[in-house]
Amino acid sequence: MIADVLRATGEHVVIVVIAVGIAIILGIPLGIWCARRARAGRFALRIVDTIQTIPSLALFGFLIPVPLIGGIGMRTAIVALILYSLLPIVRNTLTGIRGVDPIVLDAGVAMGLTDRQLLREVELPLAMPTIVAGIRIATVIAIGVATIAAAIGGGGLGTLIFRGVSMVDTRMILAGALPAAALALIADVVLSFVERRIA
Amino acid sequence: MPSSVQFRSVSVEPILHDINLRIAAGEAVAFVGRSGAGKTTTLRLVNGLARPTSGEVAIDDVPLGSADLIQLRRRTGYIIQGSGLFPHRTVYENVATVPRLLGWPDPQTRAAAEELLAKLDLPLSRFGDRYPRSLSGGEQQRVGIARAMIAKPAVLLCDEPFGALDPIVRRDLQDAFRALRSGVTILFVTHDLAEALRITERIVLFDGGRVVADSPAAEFTSQPLPLVQKFVAAASLPA
Repeated sequence: MIADVLRATGEHVVIVVIAVGIAIILGIPLGIWCARRARAGRFALRIVDTIQTIPSLALFGFLIPVPLIGGIGMRTAIVALILYSLLPIVRNTLTGIRGVDPIVLDAGVAMGLTDRQLLREVELPLAMPTIVAGIRIATVIAIGVATIAAAIGGGGLGTLIFRGVSMVDTRMILAGALPAAALALIADVVLSFVERRIA
Repeated sequence: MPSSVQFRSVSVEPILHDINLRIAAGEAVAFVGRSGAGKTTTLRLVNGLARPTSGEVAIDDVPLGSADLIQLRRRTGYIIQGSGLFPHRTVYENVATVPRLLGWPDPQTRAAAEELLAKLDLPLSRFGDRYPRSLSGGEQQRVGIARAMIAKPAVLLCDEPFGALDPIVRRDLQDAFRALRSGVTILFVTHDLAEALRITERIVLFDGGRVVADSPAAEFTSQPLPLVQKFVAAASLPA
């Protein structure tokens, strides 16, 4: 039993880390792009918003028949989690960059910083606490949603929960649910700490 | 080396209309006028933060349209109300921004920062590692002045730099600024006529996006123009 829980927890962590990692790699540039181009940015944000409204179980279901990224298993679970993690990261990147004091930006431009230097040296560092807050929210959500990934064979702690539900075994359900809750709490505390440190 | 600045029939519709000014190298000129008169826009034309809709701005007779704006900005100081310091950088890092962009070696930057900050009563040893949020408004603005002047700009643009400060700090900063101002062309936006008279030797009055008066500072107050007299009255200058 303990071995099962540890293995499932390990899988869970792997799924979430890969999904949130890829969401960061995609989401931050997308957020920057949204901040730069107001109209296209609103459109992109609308799409990311819409994905968030799809119930998670349905999203997993929708992805199964999709070629390359779909099917049964961990890969599909990761793709769904990436899609879910995008919104907080994209939105917070956008909000963080928009929130930079226009006088500071003005001063930066006036000193002869190029667009790229302005982004790297002024906008991103000042937006970073907000971006990390987005990553924190995305991670906590992903840890919760990942339990549902077991429904499409994604592995992780959800496997124990689904097994417990079908066998009406409360101990089995808790064996999946408690580590998932603990993971979410740990992620929240650690990333809150990072957020405060860079603020 | 200070540069000359020319405005040739410059308009920025709908804010500015047909501005013609020639500012000599090394001259210190105040732009005064009411809010919305076009003084800030005129100032921002000089470093390309605003673009003319017609006419052209030239520095040392080179039109801005054919200049490398990034390089131009690195040679042009800019001091604004509220200082615009980078909140995530220390005082020293803020002051060292333009030298770093220009590729100065570290010892040269440090020596220049040390000298300039000492003149502004902010010794580098005490203030260098501090962050802007730990400084008073007056101290922040001193850092803003140092940041704008460290690389010996050819032109210095000031947009109500002392506007948000209390009268005593304001007076101190005006004095500190006057002591530093040689060797650079200064364009200084203010709506405080007394400040304009203290700091500059020529005053240009803007109203409704046009230049309505342009005279040596000493003669400005004796102009019969009603708007000039309004400013004089508002400044409550000694007769």
